[in-house]
Amino acid sequence: MNIFSIPANVAVSDTGFVFLPTTGETFTLNEIGKEILRMLQQNKNLDEITEIILENYDIDRMSLEKDINDFLAQLKNYSLLVEV
Amino acid sequence: MTSKKRYERPVVTKHYSGFMNKIGTSSFSKPMKEIDGVQVTELVEKFGSPLFIISERRIRQNQRNAYRIFKTRYPKVQFAWSYKTNYLNAVCSVFHQENSWAEVVSEFEYDKARALGIKGDNIIFNGPDKNKSALIKAIKEKSKIHIDHFDELYDIIEICDSENLRAKVAIRVNMDVGVYPKWDRFGFNYENGEAWQAIKRIVSNKNLELIGLHTHIGTYMMSTEAYRIAASKLASLARSIKEQFEIIIEYIDLGGGFASHNTLLGQYLPAEETIPSIDQFADAISSGLFELNFRQDELPFLILETGRALVDDTGYLVSTVLANKRLSDGKKALIIDAGVNILFTGFWYKHKITPAQDCGLHTEEAAIFGPLCMNIDVVRESITLPLLKKGDRVVIEYVGAYDMTQWMQFITLRPNVVMIMEDGSVELIRQAETLEYITQRELIPEKLKSKS
Ligand SMILES: Cc1ncc(COP(=O)(O)O)c(C=O)c1O
Repeated sequence: MNIFSIPANVAVSDTGFVFLPTTGETFTLNEIGKEILRMLQQNKNLDEITEIILENYDIDRMSLEKDINDFLAQLKNYSLLVEV
Repeated sequence: MTSKKRYERPVVTKHYSGFMNKIGTSSFSKPMKEIDGVQVTELVEKFGSPLFIISERRIRQNQRNAYRIFKTRYPKVQFAWSYKTNYLNAVCSVFHQENSWAEVVSEFEYDKARALGIKGDNIIFNGPDKNKSALIKAIKEKSKIHIDHFDELYDIIEICDSENLRAKVAIRVNMDVGVYPKWDRFGFNYENGEAWQAIKRIVSNKNLELIGLHTHIGTYMMSTEAYRIAASKLASLARSIKEQFEIIIEYIDLGGGFASHNTLLGQYLPAEETIPSIDQFADAISSGLFELNFRQDELPFLILETGRALVDDTGYLVSTVLANKRLSDGKKALIIDAGVNILFTGFWYKHKITPAQDCGLHTEEAAIFGPLCMNIDVVRESITLPLLKKGDRVVIEYVGAYDMTQWMQFITLRPNVVMIMEDGSVELIRQAETLEYITQRELIPEKLKSKS
């Protein structure tokens, strides 16, 4: 399984505001996006993250899997995530 | 039980300096869950997706409103419904019930109007393509023939001679109204004297009765001044006709062309904020008509062939999200089940697209593609929308003009069209196409028929 990690210098505020000091770029996360990013920062793996979201949100496993994959692609695209 | 939180797809949005931040706030007023009081979901469940929806109430309102606006500025007004803008029988019938004549530009449209019970003398026959059989029919039925070129004029003279008929004719005039590109390919030119030459030829023939003057200066016009100029040039022609030939024409027809509420692709500000109102067009036209200087009882009718401005905002297209995609550059793309095959105006307009169900506050920039396996099938290059998932629906607004006539049967079939009636009932006005409908006109040569 792929291991993902969030670069250490990525700063996330409680409101979902993200700052990337290397480039000066800023981003906004929605609520679930913020939770997932936080969990990635805590080094949780994708299975764990999926279970936690399924437990707390009204969503089925298949749709969530698609959405998480897409979310990771977005993060990678913005250099907010690296695959290790 | 369901203490679970409402789910929204996880999303990250980049901020761009110098741009207003749309993040967190929604640029959407509200989802469009109903149209004229009818639930969008109900409509799609019953009639399928995609689905065209037309509001009868809105058509009547638009037509009555436009009539009132012109009538309060000029005493004699007649509208003629521009068939090519939307010639579904039900739509034409609403306009005809509102006292509009028919404005047609081909034998097919002419026959369509006749089949709806419109009398020949309430049909304005425009366009460069009037074949001989169409002309004979139109002359016999006393329709108002707007001559486009000299070849047509001579055809009419010849027909009237050989068939012993009299024709009621007008000429289409093209002119410089200060708007470019000039539409000079239709009709006779005003400035170089060609129009006057055509008029002289008509009045010198005993079988032709010159009843009007016509122009159509362009479509999606944003300049009211152009209409003032057009009206005053036709008015001065009408005056010369009266002075030189003692003929008082029955009408001046200023065509169509008022811009509708759709925003053009290259336009930055939304059309709602930039286009003139019908009142402003009417002001310009009535002031141009002052040029006539006729006695009250000699005043010609003002005919208008307004198309898109009367019908664009009466049409909606409901479409369903087929898939979410991410392009190689990270940009979001949505695929919906309505493409440029049925949304032809996607080639000109940035359509207003609104979700048909509740959605979260977060928005995202996305391209919207249609379902065709063709690169041209782009509904919107870029639009900011709430997060939509497969199966969600959107309402595309202002699709009443030209989409239901210029649509093409390409790759897939054309969908149902329904009309929401004034009383809130819903009527199917064009059935979705079937394979049999499409292939019924095809023939297979005998030797190609496989023997199984
Ligand atoms: C002769 C004529 N009249 C009326 C119209 C209707 O124009 P619009 O839909 O721009 O009002 C057209 C369309 O181009 C036309 O060619």
